[in-house]
Amino acid sequence: MSDTAITAGALPAPKAENAVAWGFSRAQFGALAAMIVFLAVAPFVLYPVFIMKLLCFALFALAFNLLIGYVGLLSFGHAAYFGMGGYIAGYSAKALGLSPELAILGGGIVAGLLGAVFGWIAIRRQGIYFAMITLALAQMVYFFCVQAPFTGGEDGIQAIPRGNLLGVVPLDRDMNMYWLVAGIFLGSFLLIHRIVHSPFGQVLKAIRENEPRTTSLGYKTDDYKLVAFILSSALAGVAGATKSLVFGIATLTDVHWSMSGEVVLMTLVGGLGTTFGPVIGAAVIVTMQNYLAELGAWVTVIQGVIFVACVLAFRRGIIGELGNLLKVKL
Amino acid sequence: MPITRRSLIAAAGIGATASQSAPRLSRAQAANTIRIGVLNDQSGLYRDVNGPGSVVCVRQAVADSGLAARGINVEVLVGDHQNRPDVGSNIARQWLDRDGVDLILDVPTSSVALAVNSIVREKNKVHMNSSGATSDLTGAQCSPNTVHWTYDTYMLAKSTGGAMVKAGGDTWFFLTADYAFGHALERDTTNFVRASGGRVLGSVRTPFPGNADFSSFLVQAQASRAKVVGLANAGGDTINCVKQAAEFGLARRGVKLAGLLVFISDVHSLGLQTAQGLVITETFYWDLNDRTRAFTARVVPNMPNGLRPGMGQAGCYGAVMHYLKAVADMGAPAAKASGAEAVSRMKAMPCDDDAFGPGTIRPDGRKLHPAYLLEVKAPAESRGPWDYYKLLATTSGDEAFRPVGEGGCALVRS
Repeated sequence: MSDTAITAGALPAPKAENAVAWGFSRAQFGALAAMIVFLAVAPFVLYPVFIMKLLCFALFALAFNLLIGYVGLLSFGHAAYFGMGGYIAGYSAKALGLSPELAILGGGIVAGLLGAVFGWIAIRRQGIYFAMITLALAQMVYFFCVQAPFTGGEDGIQAIPRGNLLGVVPLDRDMNMYWLVAGIFLGSFLLIHRIVHSPFGQVLKAIRENEPRTTSLGYKTDDYKLVAFILSSALAGVAGATKSLVFGIATLTDVHWSMSGEVVLMTLVGGLGTTFGPVIGAAVIVTMQNYLAELGAWVTVIQGVIFVACVLAFRRGIIGELGNLLKVKL
Repeated sequence: MPITRRSLIAAAGIGATASQSAPRLSRAQAANTIRIGVLNDQSGLYRDVNGPGSVVCVRQAVADSGLAARGINVEVLVGDHQNRPDVGSNIARQWLDRDGVDLILDVPTSSVALAVNSIVREKNKVHMNSSGATSDLTGAQCSPNTVHWTYDTYMLAKSTGGAMVKAGGDTWFFLTADYAFGHALERDTTNFVRASGGRVLGSVRTPFPGNADFSSFLVQAQASRAKVVGLANAGGDTINCVKQAAEFGLARRGVKLAGLLVFISDVHSLGLQTAQGLVITETFYWDLNDRTRAFTARVVPNMPNGLRPGMGQAGCYGAVMHYLKAVADMGAPAAKASGAEAVSRMKAMPCDDDAFGPGTIRPDGRKLHPAYLLEVKAPAESRGPWDYYKLLATTSGDEAFRPVGEGGCALVRS
């Protein structure tokens, strides 16, 4: 039983057509260049803290997309890794006094370990059961965070110091922090792209398309799924850890199930299984939450309308539809 | 289909550009313009407790201050933090960095309040908190840029716990939401009950969040034969407890419910039939005296859904009145230049406004005013709309709040 229901909206698996370099097609190369230019120019035009937030969520959505877009597994508990990464980074930076790079690394590693345990349990089931198991496990993490003393309960961990990168670069200045976040984002983006276009990634896509056939070809699909799950949760943890340093807070919002829902929404709006879709989806959702904040109750209504519009009118998501229109793969 | 799709994309594009241009328009600012950012919950759980009502009270305070006649403009911005610390701190940073906001006001939800607290301190502006509950704002995390106006958890526990015992409710049983906030409320209230000579007969922890059935806990409370059942919880939990206690007929058997965090809008939505006999603490009630009635008469025409102002909203009025008094005193450019200076000027001046009457601000940022222990009237006792409370006891400002040395505030020791 493969997860055809879940991946129906995604584009068909890519052929290695006209790859220019590192698995990027010509169009993707152009888009990547545009993204790098945006990263370089944006902080001088837009508000840097806002872009940092956007990048953190974009990375979170990219990590989530690695699972749903390329393995076809809908994890409905990704907030657990995102939030736990944030808590671990916040706690190690504030209480243990670790440097920011170690705090972020620690957040990613702990989230990855958590993902290893949860993934090991969850990958035994498929489709809706997989989603429910991941949701249940994530709820356990939520209740753990409500009660555990180190998380500060509903007050969260407050006033987390950004510290000095490698002991030299003061991150209290927004621009320094921005370059670090942009670096982490770009590095992770390229890493995910590399994973997807490696032989390992080919097997993942084979699992997405037809798991029994992949098994019959001699691949231990469970092992591949578990490794993909761990990678995805570790990257989600890195995103959460970075976000907690940017804002200086780690709170229950990031482990709440609605955060798991939000990342699904971001990925769907942007385009499931596309390279740039999650980035655009995260940008749309985060921008709405920020710039429409003064409209009050309308934010959630608009979010809902956009979700419905996406599902009804352009099911491939913004980037998926754009790629379809231009007949390129983005 | 293509038309639908295209128009959708176009709409999204227009939306994106419109949202981009908003902050740029508002960036131009004069030295004589004071900007107040009201940051609260406009769309969620606490909308009726603060939300648009707080904004109405702030605008009333701006009108009442008479600063326009002195040539000082006051602009009011509104932000919805959706009870999310990341959204709240992003709005706060943007307001302070780009939009020239001088005062961030209201900020309910402890996690958001504490996050805004450290940002405002970093940027040296002013944070006046009205709807936040955590006593850490004037304790371990106190700041020279912060004034905590309306209430805090310590005061609620002290007034409800201590004054209730003096009013005859000397045996207690607690229903406690099983998380840090609930534990803290129970612990603090227990201390005050004991200190006033009362006894705590027992307590039970109720699952949090997501519990809707309190029947077995209420039966336990009833079996303890305590005179008072303390509800160490908030929001939906409290509402459910009160409703189910009414169904079990606790009030008919002479048991008093003491809600530790209940607002008048909650009583309004519960209705007197259900809420009668509930004992709560507030620092503002619209029908306390002539001044509070006059204040209420001014704001009610603008309040959303015909609500009467609650203490969080009245706190926004009082805080802005006092802040603008300090601004008028020191001049707008000086008040804009240093938030810490503005706050220390506020601390030096006596407070007096229609909602809270005379009061002072302590060095740790705590505003002092009396706390009122109130009982919800029975439907027969109520003489008109919103005539909900009778006054049981008043605790003076000096006594109601945590003594200045006990909070662990670094500003006081130095």
